[in-house]
Amino acid sequence: MIQFEHVFKRYPNGREALQDVSFRIGAGEFVFLTGRSGAGKSSVLKLVALLERPTRGSVLVNGQDTGSLPARAVPAYRRRLGVVFQDHQLLMDRPVYDNVALPLMVSDTRYRDIDKRVRAALDQVGLREQERALPLELSVGEQQRVGIARAVVARPTILIADEPTGNLDHSLARDVMQLFTRFQEVGVTVVIATHDMALVREFGHRELHIDEGRLLGGTAAT
Amino acid sequence: MTSPLTYLARHLQALLGTLGYLLRRPLGTLLSIAVISLALTLPACLYLLVKNARVATGSVTEAIELTVYLKTDVSLERARQLADSARARREAGRVTLISAEEGLEEFRKYSGFGAALEALQGNPLPHVISLRPNSDRADPSSIAALQRYLSSWPETDIVQVDNEWVRRLSALLGLLERVFQVFAALLAAGVLAIIGNAIRLEISARRAEIEVTKLVGGSNAYVRRPFLYLGGLYGLLGAGLAALWLIAINAALEPWLLQLARLYGSSFNLLGLTPPELGVLLGGGALLGLVGAWIGAARHLSRIEPRQ
Repeated sequence: MIQFEHVFKRYPNGREALQDVSFRIGAGEFVFLTGRSGAGKSSVLKLVALLERPTRGSVLVNGQDTGSLPARAVPAYRRRLGVVFQDHQLLMDRPVYDNVALPLMVSDTRYRDIDKRVRAALDQVGLREQERALPLELSVGEQQRVGIARAVVARPTILIADEPTGNLDHSLARDVMQLFTRFQEVGVTVVIATHDMALVREFGHRELHIDEGRLLGGTAAT
Repeated sequence: MTSPLTYLARHLQALLGTLGYLLRRPLGTLLSIAVISLALTLPACLYLLVKNARVATGSVTEAIELTVYLKTDVSLERARQLADSARARREAGRVTLISAEEGLEEFRKYSGFGAALEALQGNPLPHVISLRPNSDRADPSSIAALQRYLSSWPETDIVQVDNEWVRRLSALLGLLERVFQVFAALLAAGVLAIIGNAIRLEISARRAEIEVTKLVGGSNAYVRRPFLYLGGLYGLLGAGLAALWLIAINAALEPWLLQLARLYGSSFNLLGLTPPELGVLLGGGALLGLVGAWIGAARHLSRIEPRQ
C-alpha cells in the first residue's frame, strides 16, 4: 500500500515539484500516473523509492512512514521495491544474468536460490536464451525487459516504473505493459508513470493525473 | 540474517572480482603498485640500513679493549685476583692478564730496543689487565660503567679506553633510527593518500554501477567491499614489490660491501629482511591499503546516491 498525505516537494533549485499531493494506492492495485513531462510524476516515484524525501507531508509505504526511516535502513527498504526506468540503468559491462542477479546479490540470497530465481525471472520476460549476452547486444525492447526482470527478481511487493515504454514502439510497449499486468495479477502493486495515453486507455487501470505538481482528478482516492 | 557461508562466499566473490578487475587493466595496476612500492621501499631501506649498521658496529665494539695498567708495586698474585674480579663482571667479555715479565718479553721481542732493555736494573713495566666488553653490553654507558669500576681499584694506575667514537657512532645510529621512524610515518601517510586517491578515481569511474547497486538495495557495506579489497590488494602487492626491490638492492650492494668489509678485516654479512620482517612489511602494506581505501570510500561513496 502506498499513501501520500499532503506531500510537498521542493528541489534545491527552488522548483516546486509537488504541491499538497494526497492519494492512496491499495495493495495489489495497478495505477497509471499520468501527466506532461515535468508535471511531477517522476517526483512521486522518487519519493516512493526514497531517492528523495518530501519537503512536507508524509509518504507511507506498506504502513511505514518513509520520512522516519534512517539512512541505514534505506537499502533494506529499497530491496522490497522493484524499480524500472525508461533508460533501463543496466550495467553495460555485465551480462544479462549478472544484471538480473544484482538485487539478489545485494540481499545476500544463497547462490543456488539466485540461480533459480534469475532463470525464472528471465523466463518470465522471455530472455532465458540471452542470459550470457551483454545489454549492448540486445535491442532496446529486450534491454527494457532485462530491467523488468531485475525489478521483479527479488519478488517485490511494489513495482514502480518511470516511462518504461518511452523508447518502445506501440507493439513492444503493449508487450511490456502486459508483463506488468501479469505481475499485478500475482499480487504485486504496480505504479507506472507514463504520458502514453493510448496505453493508459487500452489497459484501463486506475489513473492519477498530475499537472504542475498538483493531483488533478483522474481516479484519485484519499 | 546472512548465513556465514553466504557471507564468506560474497567476500570471496568480491576478492576474485577485484583480482579480475586488476588483471584486466595491467598497466594501470602496475603503475599504482609501483608508486606504492617505492613509497614502502624507502623506509624499508632505511630500516635495513640501521639494522645492518647495528650489526656491523656490534662486531666493531667487540674490538674495543680496555687496558688497566696496575701500579708497579702490585704483586702478580694480586693482579690475578683483580683479573678474576673483572671476569665476574657481566659487562666483561674476555679478560687477559699480561704480567710485567710477559710484557717486557713482548716489548723486547717487537720493539727493537732489546739491547737497551738489557741496561735496565729491573722491569719498569706494570702488570696489565686487558679486557674486552661483552658483545651485548658494548654500548657506551656499559663501557663507561666498566671503566669506572676498573678505575676504582686502589691498585689501578691508569685505565685506557677510547670509546668516544663508539658513542658518536651510536648517536648517529640513534639519529638514523629516528629518521627511519619519521620517514616511515610520512611515507605511510603518503601511501594512505595514494591509495585513497586511487580509490576515489575508481569510485568516480564506477559511479553508474554504484548508483544502480544502491538503487536495487545495495548497502554501503556491500558497495564499499570491492573497494576495500582493491585498496588491500594495492597495499599488499605494493609491499610485495617493495620486498623485491629490497632483494634487488641487497644483491646489487652485497659484493661491494663485502669487499669493503674484507678490507677492514671484518666478516660482516649484509642482512636482508627476515621472514617475520617480511610478514610485517606485507601485512603493514595490506593494512595501509585497507585503511586508505576505507577513508577514500567513506568520503566518496556517501556522496553517491541513485538518481533517475
